Amino acid sequence: MSTEARPLIIGSSPHIRVKQSVPDIMFHVALALLPVAAFAVWSFGLSALLLLLTTTAACVATEHTACLIARRSTTIRDWSVVVTGLILGLTLPPSTPLWMAVLGSIFGVSVTKSLFGGLGYNCFNPALVGRAFLQIAFPIPLTTWTPPDLPGRFSSLLPTTLTFPFLRADTAALADYIRTALASGGVDGWSGATPLSMWKFAEVPQFESLPRLFLGSIAGSTGETATWLIILCGLYLIARNMMNWRIPAGMLLGAFLLSGAFWLSDKTHYPSPMFMLFSGGLMFGALFMASDMVASPMTSAGVWIYGFFIGMVTVIIRIFGALPEGVMFAILLGNAVSPLITSATQPRTYGLVRQKRWIKQ
Amino acid sequence: MKSYVNSFPHGVHPPDCKYTADAVIETLPLPPEVTILLSQHIGAPAKALVAKKSKVMRGEPIAEAVGFVSVPMHAPIAGTVTAVDYALNPRGEMAQAIKIKIDPDADQEEIYGTPRDLASLTPDELIRAVQETGTVGLGGAAFPTHVKMKPPAGKSVDTLIVNGCECEPYLTTDFRIMVEESDKIITGIQLVMEAMGAKEAFIAIENNKPEALESMAKAIPAGAPISVRSLMTKYPQGAEKMLSRAVLHKDVPSGGLPSDIGVGCFNVATLLQLGQLLPKGQGLIERVITVSGGGVERPGNYRIPLGTPIRYIMEQVGIRPEARKIISGGPMMGMSLSSQDIPLTKGMSGLLVLTEEEMRDGGGTVYPCIKCARCVDACPIFLNPSLLGLLARKARYEEMAEEHHLNDCFECGCCTYVCPSNIPLVQYFRIAKAMNREREAAK
Repeated sequence: MSTEARPLIIGSSPHIRVKQSVPDIMFHVALALLPVAAFAVWSFGLSALLLLLTTTAACVATEHTACLIARRSTTIRDWSVVVTGLILGLTLPPSTPLWMAVLGSIFGVSVTKSLFGGLGYNCFNPALVGRAFLQIAFPIPLTTWTPPDLPGRFSSLLPTTLTFPFLRADTAALADYIRTALASGGVDGWSGATPLSMWKFAEVPQFESLPRLFLGSIAGSTGETATWLIILCGLYLIARNMMNWRIPAGMLLGAFLLSGAFWLSDKTHYPSPMFMLFSGGLMFGALFMASDMVASPMTSAGVWIYGFFIGMVTVIIRIFGALPEGVMFAILLGNAVSPLITSATQPRTYGLVRQKRWIKQ
Repeated sequence: MKSYVNSFPHGVHPPDCKYTADAVIETLPLPPEVTILLSQHIGAPAKALVAKKSKVMRGEPIAEAVGFVSVPMHAPIAGTVTAVDYALNPRGEMAQAIKIKIDPDADQEEIYGTPRDLASLTPDELIRAVQETGTVGLGGAAFPTHVKMKPPAGKSVDTLIVNGCECEPYLTTDFRIMVEESDKIITGIQLVMEAMGAKEAFIAIENNKPEALESMAKAIPAGAPISVRSLMTKYPQGAEKMLSRAVLHKDVPSGGLPSDIGVGCFNVATLLQLGQLLPKGQGLIERVITVSGGGVERPGNYRIPLGTPIRYIMEQVGIRPEARKIISGGPMMGMSLSSQDIPLTKGMSGLLVLTEEEMRDGGGTVYPCIKCARCVDACPIFLNPSLLGLLARKARYEEMAEEHHLNDCFECGCCTYVCPSNIPLVQYFRIAKAMNREREAAK
């Protein structure tokens, strides 16, 4: 009964905590992205694998370097930058030249995250800023698509993957490569379009069949095609209380309602709401990008508004914008208004009669 | 606002760890020496009535109240005063105290007191009698009970909420007394209702304590305007503000008291003492506490004289070498003690002896806030703890109070409990409040 062997520890209450920590959450998000990444590699082969490895490594290296420059201990162990790298890779077309992927990683992580003070201080999703940067800087390679399940995808790389840095990606060579590969599998003709661009830019709107959209046998960014798998992985995070389910729910609902209204007005011109939900990056964006905790609002009413807003903006961009896809810019716009939504939806504090003015002058 | 049936929105569900729920209250042998701190309550410290070498009887007043917001102290054991000087208090400061050594020949059975006919007393006399018992809020706040019974001029209390929630993990004292001594609690409720002119009383108990619900319901005399309310099990259900929302669907105004909405809130342990002491005209000399946690060999519920050194209690129940932290109260709002020399005070509802594995008290790495909003979803007062935490880091304490309602925070600890970044939010808020108080005082 040596009661004084060690001094007692004193500290401020509460003396117990939940076990889940930030690295736990980030690790599980990365874990939940792995099946999606595996499907991407299965669909698009070696090029997709290299792309994902490159973005992840480049993001981690950027953050580590930024920490060294800022003379603080490295923060790569909290797994958040791994998530950024994976997400960036999964949102790029499989044929993206690796040097562009590296550039996007450096831009996204350094400008959006490190410059603002690292994890928790970024107002935008770093992966999306990286992708937006690439989209604007290199519009052609970022809208050049590869069909899934190409024969020979595990034995050779797409011709554009290893483009020499700062040289133009040879999209003509890529088209030739795809045509040859498809012909060897007995298929000819490849429009080079995603289901969304087939709907938007074809003379007569074409609607990809829903089962194909759902199962992911379509062209698109590496990680956005397998809707079913994305939903499953998202549900895993929701079940572990590592994602706010209201954000994807609000976003899907917003997109569903608005596109439903358009669809009812003209069924030959506008795609059905289910097509909207299953095509492009909407599902991936809803479950893995809009739900980014740092850049989303903090109140439960706020996250509904935020999700709903992003869903509607996505549909508006898709229908009226110059681009066939609007998820990325919709989420970035949502990120931008999220602090405003938080302060606008701050609930009444217990015991206070009147709500204060919601925007401080 | 969403209406919540028998509860309040937000809050958390910590593991309840009520290992001692089935342990019948046991009386520990009297300690050889006790230390009575003169300030165990909120308000002015009591003034010693005895000097060194005075012989005291068990239950005899040894210190008197100074003013209205103060209570007297009584000798918990019969013996001799060995010193009237200073001793360590739970906050780790040296504070005025009376030390009494037990007299082996003295009669420890007989307790000083003057029985009286309570029915003949006016409400004011009854409140005076409550002050004489030295009773304070035994749930942990240690606010003098008689002060609570006299609402500010112009306010009246018509509803009594009797707090039997015991929402803190580990603690089981309130549960045990509700099961074992329900009739005395009812006596206490009736006395307080009479003194305050309250028309009805609700006994609020969380629904994870069916035995207590049943026992209290049985003890209510037929026709009495007292009823039992089963509330959802959720922390901090036992907080005054949460109780008034759960039971009456009313909010205590910001910065106000429950009496502003005609409500009086009393802990069951406090009412038990009143029911027991008032008829006999005795003073508060002992209380029931839960001693629990992985660092204790014989956890249980013990009736212990006030002023008993914690070292003595630990010797009686057995403390393991793995014990790393001793907490007075529960793990969510309790205070960690710096030494075993601290004596038992009126406000200690439990002593938790935690081991390293149990603690999880934020000793580890603190990560940046990732705005996960778990704190926002946990805060029962609907503050934005994340934002307050960021402001605290920048020392913008005035802004915290003026723009973001810092002073409505009652430090329940929910935000800190759920924080995955391990940020000591409550500690920041305490510092901010202290700094603001200091600034106010300097003006």
